[in-house]
Amino acid sequence: MWDIVRSIFPYAIAYTIPLLITALGGLFSERSGVVNIGLEGMMVVGSFTSALTISSLYPIMGNSAIWVGLLASMVLTALFSLLHAFASINLNANQIISGTAINMIAGALTVFFARNITGSGNIRIVTGLLRKNIPLLHRIPIIGKLFFTQTYATTWLVLLILLISWYVLYKTPFGLRLRACGEHPQAADAAGVNVYFMRYLGVSISGAFAGLGGAVILVTYSGEFNGSVAGLGFLALASLIFGQWKPLGILASTFFFGFASTVANVSQVVPALSNIPGLILKAFPYVVTLIALVLFSRRSQAPRAIGEPFDQGKR
Amino acid sequence: MTEKIGKKSKGPLGGFKAPVIPRPVVVGLSAVILGLIAGAILMGLTGNNPFEGYQYLFKGGLMSVERIGDTLATATPLILTGLSVAFAFRTGLFNIGASGQMLFGGFLATAVALSWTALPRPVLLLCILLAGIFGGALWGLVPGLLKALFNVHEVVCTIMMNWIAYWTIYYQIPKYFKGAFLETESAKIADAASLKAPWLTNLFDGSYVNYGLFLGIFAMIIVSIILNKTVLGFELKSAGFNRHASEYAGMKVNRNIVLSMCIAGGLAGLGGVTLYTGYAGNIQIGVLPSQGFDGIAVALLAANSPIGVFASALFFGMLHSGKGFMNAMTNVPPEIGDTIIATIIYFAATSVLIERVLDKIKSKRRGDK
Repeated sequence: MWDIVRSIFPYAIAYTIPLLITALGGLFSERSGVVNIGLEGMMVVGSFTSALTISSLYPIMGNSAIWVGLLASMVLTALFSLLHAFASINLNANQIISGTAINMIAGALTVFFARNITGSGNIRIVTGLLRKNIPLLHRIPIIGKLFFTQTYATTWLVLLILLISWYVLYKTPFGLRLRACGEHPQAADAAGVNVYFMRYLGVSISGAFAGLGGAVILVTYSGEFNGSVAGLGFLALASLIFGQWKPLGILASTFFFGFASTVANVSQVVPALSNIPGLILKAFPYVVTLIALVLFSRRSQAPRAIGEPFDQGKR
Repeated sequence: MTEKIGKKSKGPLGGFKAPVIPRPVVVGLSAVILGLIAGAILMGLTGNNPFEGYQYLFKGGLMSVERIGDTLATATPLILTGLSVAFAFRTGLFNIGASGQMLFGGFLATAVALSWTALPRPVLLLCILLAGIFGGALWGLVPGLLKALFNVHEVVCTIMMNWIAYWTIYYQIPKYFKGAFLETESAKIADAASLKAPWLTNLFDGSYVNYGLFLGIFAMIIVSIILNKTVLGFELKSAGFNRHASEYAGMKVNRNIVLSMCIAGGLAGLGGVTLYTGYAGNIQIGVLPSQGFDGIAVALLAANSPIGVFASALFFGMLHSGKGFMNAMTNVPPEIGDTIIATIIYFAATSVLIERVLDKIKSKRRGDK
């Protein structure tokens, strides 16, 4: 059993990280009061941007092209997310429809461009990030084997972002204001907070993070852009809800989902797991989320004003 | 949302009695035009001639009897998923799960079509239809129940249901109905067990068009009657406008929510039947049918009216069936079709923008008088 856990652990973490960063992005958007079901599409845009940047810069810059690609995907996806922000904040559009449109535009537009560039619609990158052991720490018994061997640099980057996000949301005036916009925008407005600006910021942070999530998939385990992230954006949304809109809750739920998905992915080759039907493992996160929704329905921690366009005159 | 779209323009134009085009039609057409303009810009940006591109796109959908038949066949699932989304919308529910509902309904229908081949054709077809409707309705029942009993948001719930359907089909098809050549699809459904109609195919010069089209038209009429002529339809719409007022008036809102989601799911399931046992002839794994999401576009563009759904489904069907021909004749990738559809949804979602512009034009005109 220990051997199985140890051998799939690095994969589970690699799978968790893009989920985590994307769900964290969703957290910023939804805490500011804007529902973001466009996470899936934003991940696709991130994956596309990084694939394009890395594949074109790699001959010139070598491995540092990867980091430029990650940065580019954050910036471009943040810009792309402004489409959603504009529709939901300025035009009072139904945020769910706008998010759906975002998903569809992202899926179609990126493949459209990719086909113009490569012909096939797929973009390969020459090399992704390498897995590295963390010096000294990887020698700690048990923990070292699980957490500090064969890790990607992006894993640590994302965990750092998680820490910063937690601090920003709960320990700074900015975080308080952002959360106020999602709970009671009229009160925030009365206190002098620019609700529109905060929501724009929330949505663009979600875009940047989701873009990073898509890019992380590309530079860690996929290595190829193919126009989809296989529902990970929706899984991130599920983790956001399952984690009850809290950073640490999200960390726990994304790891839980990441681990479950990895178990499902490798169950064919691990004899001890092959008895469990793949369907149960794969559908597990979604069923669990449904159950969680029911269990939490009485005391859901969802932001109060989520999905509501800001109406200054409302009380 | 629905309120705004449903509202008819009052047109306080004084003595001016020109035929007033209803506001939703104007808004829908504007969204279509803006989407087509966006598509033209994209074609131009990638070094193609937009006029040539559109010429082949429309030709590909309409230039011969066969291609018109293919357009109708492509539009058929869209009519049904569009009706599904529109029906739920009228009750104030957002059914983003049409994809999963059509997948599960289509799965049951395919299972029946592949297993009960001994039955005489009319009975078999009836069983296939019922299986599809049942599967879709079941997939709509769960979000409906959770919404009614626990106030769980139907959007999140239907998204989860989509993926549960996705993985169910992913594992069950290879296990029980594996195809002869590929692991990723089910066995081919025999012509006798499918919705294929030789006389229709001959009428349209060998096109894909099948009995599904009649199902779509029939469903459109039924939905129209339910929504506009029955007590149930009135109660459903009433719940969509104001849930609390409906409850106060003594309507069983919770029951109606469940019922509405079941009917919406059933319609989408029927869409799955027309897609898998009519248009495609088997079921693929690892794909959430895009028709489910296009259904949102169809419903939105149609302002949730059944006849509008029919019209906009035909339009989207034409885009989808013409894009292959355009891709063959020019360098424009077929994804331009999906991009145009996605852009149209975006503009339909932000119809406030279009309405503001229209209001401005109107007030300017009035100012001139």
